[in-house]
Amino acid sequence: MAILRVNGEERQYDGDSSMPLLWYLRDELGLIGTKFGCGQALCGACTIHVDGTAMRGCQTTIADADGLSVTTIEGLAADGDHPLQIAWRELNVPQCGYCQSGQIMQAASLLKDTPQPTDEDIDSAMSGNICRCGTYPRIRAAIKQAAAATQGAKL
Amino acid sequence: MTNPLNLSSTITNISRRGVLTGLGAGAFVLAVGVPGSIPAKAQDAKYGGDGMPNGLRDDPKIFVAIADDGTVTVTCSRQEMGQGVRTSIALIVADELEADWARVKVAQAQGDEARFGNQDTDGSRSIRHFFMPMRRCGAAARAMLEEAAAQQWGVPVTEVEASNHEIEHKPSGRRIGYGAVAKAAAELPVPERDAIELKDASRFRYIGKGEIGLIDGFDMTTGRAQYGIDTRLPDMVYAVVARPPVYGGKIASYDDAEALKVPGVLKVVTIEPTPIPSEFQPLGGVAVIARNTWAAIQGRSKLEITWDDGPNKAYSSDTYRETLEAAARKPGAVVRNSGDADGVLAKAEKRLEAEYYIPHLAQASMEPPAATVRIVDGKCEAWACVQAPQATRDRLAGRLGIPVEDVTVNVTLLGGGFGRKSKPDFVVEAGLLSKAMDGAPVKVTWTREDDVQHAYFHTVSVERLEAALDAGGKPAAWLHRSVAPTIGSLFGPDPKHELPFELGMGLVNLPFSIPNIRIENPEAVAMTRIGWYRSVSNIPHAFAIQSFVAELAHAAGRDHKDYLLELIGPDRKIDPTAIGDGWNYGEDPKLYPIDTGRLKGVIELATQEAGWGRSLPKGRGLGLAAHYSFVTYVAVAAEVEVDEHGLLTIPRMDIAIDCGPQVNPDRIRSQMEGAAIMGVGNTLLGEITFKDGRVEQNNFDGYEVARIDASPKEIHVHLVPGPDYAQPLGGVGEPGVPPIAPAIANAIFAATGKRIRQLPVKEQLSV
Repeated sequence: MAILRVNGEERQYDGDSSMPLLWYLRDELGLIGTKFGCGQALCGACTIHVDGTAMRGCQTTIADADGLSVTTIEGLAADGDHPLQIAWRELNVPQCGYCQSGQIMQAASLLKDTPQPTDEDIDSAMSGNICRCGTYPRIRAAIKQAAAATQGAKL
Repeated sequence: MTNPLNLSSTITNISRRGVLTGLGAGAFVLAVGVPGSIPAKAQDAKYGGDGMPNGLRDDPKIFVAIADDGTVTVTCSRQEMGQGVRTSIALIVADELEADWARVKVAQAQGDEARFGNQDTDGSRSIRHFFMPMRRCGAAARAMLEEAAAQQWGVPVTEVEASNHEIEHKPSGRRIGYGAVAKAAAELPVPERDAIELKDASRFRYIGKGEIGLIDGFDMTTGRAQYGIDTRLPDMVYAVVARPPVYGGKIASYDDAEALKVPGVLKVVTIEPTPIPSEFQPLGGVAVIARNTWAAIQGRSKLEITWDDGPNKAYSSDTYRETLEAAARKPGAVVRNSGDADGVLAKAEKRLEAEYYIPHLAQASMEPPAATVRIVDGKCEAWACVQAPQATRDRLAGRLGIPVEDVTVNVTLLGGGFGRKSKPDFVVEAGLLSKAMDGAPVKVTWTREDDVQHAYFHTVSVERLEAALDAGGKPAAWLHRSVAPTIGSLFGPDPKHELPFELGMGLVNLPFSIPNIRIENPEAVAMTRIGWYRSVSNIPHAFAIQSFVAELAHAAGRDHKDYLLELIGPDRKIDPTAIGDGWNYGEDPKLYPIDTGRLKGVIELATQEAGWGRSLPKGRGLGLAAHYSFVTYVAVAAEVEVDEHGLLTIPRMDIAIDCGPQVNPDRIRSQMEGAAIMGVGNTLLGEITFKDGRVEQNNFDGYEVARIDASPKEIHVHLVPGPDYAQPLGGVGEPGVPPIAPAIANAIFAATGKRIRQLPVKEQLSV
């Protein structure tokens, strides 16, 4: 029996604890905001926070997260008003939108560690997150805008 | 009471995939198995949206609903895959309707072309074809609201005016909201098309303004947006499929004993393979159905399958390239011939020739193909991320033996499409598996490996160019041989030549002022599934032609930009049919001639903004390319830097686009940005190769696409101001891609002196 907190709520699972969190979140809990893109930690579409650190949901098992706290895009901010989410909307970042949950979760982790990131910081932190539509220029701009909006405050 | 303007309508079955219709006269037509029709006579020809299967609709009772509280719901019949079409369609209707954008919602149409008109979302056609019908929809609904208000007040309709979600009686100043008269308005007849008064463009609130937020922006940034992979139904089960690794292969034998031992695995079933040509039907294979996706994937990994590889087991990219090159070095089917290119080339004192190789690509949308289907009481319902919902409906009906009126296709958001999701093979798989599970809802998910290995691949091609040069270094004769397996191979028995729509993608419709031009298309046999990939055949054609022009300019010791402008020649409007292109993107050649002035205009704009001619530090270079596609003109100036290790970065890219009138400028910019980045991936990284009939790449490690660190540091998009809104619109989704690769290749040459004739660049610059 694995016990974990998902978006603040305690969850127990007594099935196959080698199942990646990605599929547990999506198929068992219905938290479809975490996306499947590659299954091999190559694209970042499934990025979530485990105890506050960005992780790939496709490579982190339920057993790995036993006793830990998991945050998905649905739990990032109560009303979808995280500074990154606001900046993403103001700059019309998404095209198809599919990878953007993972992009935002990765960027949130970046801003937590590096509140005023440079272009190099952004490229380095975000290069594991693929966007096939090519929204990278706006992702860069939105991260900077969110960073400016929070003026370095801890997110 | 909601949706009072929405009246029910009979759903009938009229459907054809429109990909090959409206091709008009051309060098080749498909003889057999074409899912569509080609107009028999020139006088029957219809163009634009009218020429597509099931044409266009502009009935507000189909597309507009207004609730009692005034909420306007616009039904979008085109599929959203990142181009912003749900926002753009809604804003067109909202503008003509004089609706307050804050009170506008969008609903997605089910697949039903008898009701909605053509829904096949490809070819950069949505706004190009639906701008005017959607304007008429909004304007007609506005007129009906005004009429209803006038009747309620007992005043002449000429005394009332709708504005920003209200109708005002001008003499008295009385006002009434849209919601209060919507029901009465819905009872009124829709005005005749000729009687509909469109707004003057000076009164547009949203069209062309670029200040509209994405209608799906909130959902997409909060994880609420629903894609094909996100469908959840009661009692749904999950499937993955092991498909034949070689196109045309089938199961020789299989053992599922170990797979069935995996906890959560419910059943293993086979899917019959579709013989070549397999069109949009499944490849067949062995499916594992389980209680969740993970169990299905685990179960599949335990299957023991022996495949009978079939006729394509010898397909290997190395030897296939040699076959294409050999074909390109001999004459082939002549698809355009003016003057005497052969004679001039034979006698030329100075000639230049070059061969270019452009590999297969996989669309690799971030959302892999995924679909859910259930069958209840003989009726089939699907939820799927498809570009062509009517084609999906037809294929489900045909393969399941269910009348098409009993098949419903609900279209989700598409997590990218790029042409892959025009083909509903994955939805048919879900249908067959639901049938095998007694109609239970089955979700089929393609893993990334499935997607990379079983795409409908972008063609692979060899482009050979030869020019005879005059004393001034200009081409007196031009010979281009394009050899590439055709998308027609999906439909016809072994066709070996490019179809008119492929030839018309920048090959035969070469807008250069050269006295002797000969273009040939030697044979190529497809050995895998060839399909549409964003921008399609424009990619190899533009890469070869725009690289070759730079090579000619260099050989002549001329500035590339000046040389290119001279090659295009004087401003003129070329009738595409006069130069061998009877297709012209399905558009009327009179409305859409090739306008060399506009082509030169984007070249001037991109180069001016990029500072063409400025001196650059060592290791940096500026490259230029321009291409006309999807009836739009795009030029790109790319600046690259190549360091002493051969590492390439792109400090800046300037893209100029002339797509005619602009509906949603922000989404035009975003499409150019995205095209630039996808183009960077195509140029530097992307390649699918085959060995022994099998794709050698599996995932994003072997099949690389552009990441943020490869993205240009700056992308500047320059929009040529649109003419008046009565002028024809150009496409936007695809025309940005073709000039990217040659612009980068030409910049690499400027920076390093190394000429790139083979894509991707990958390690070619390593020192």
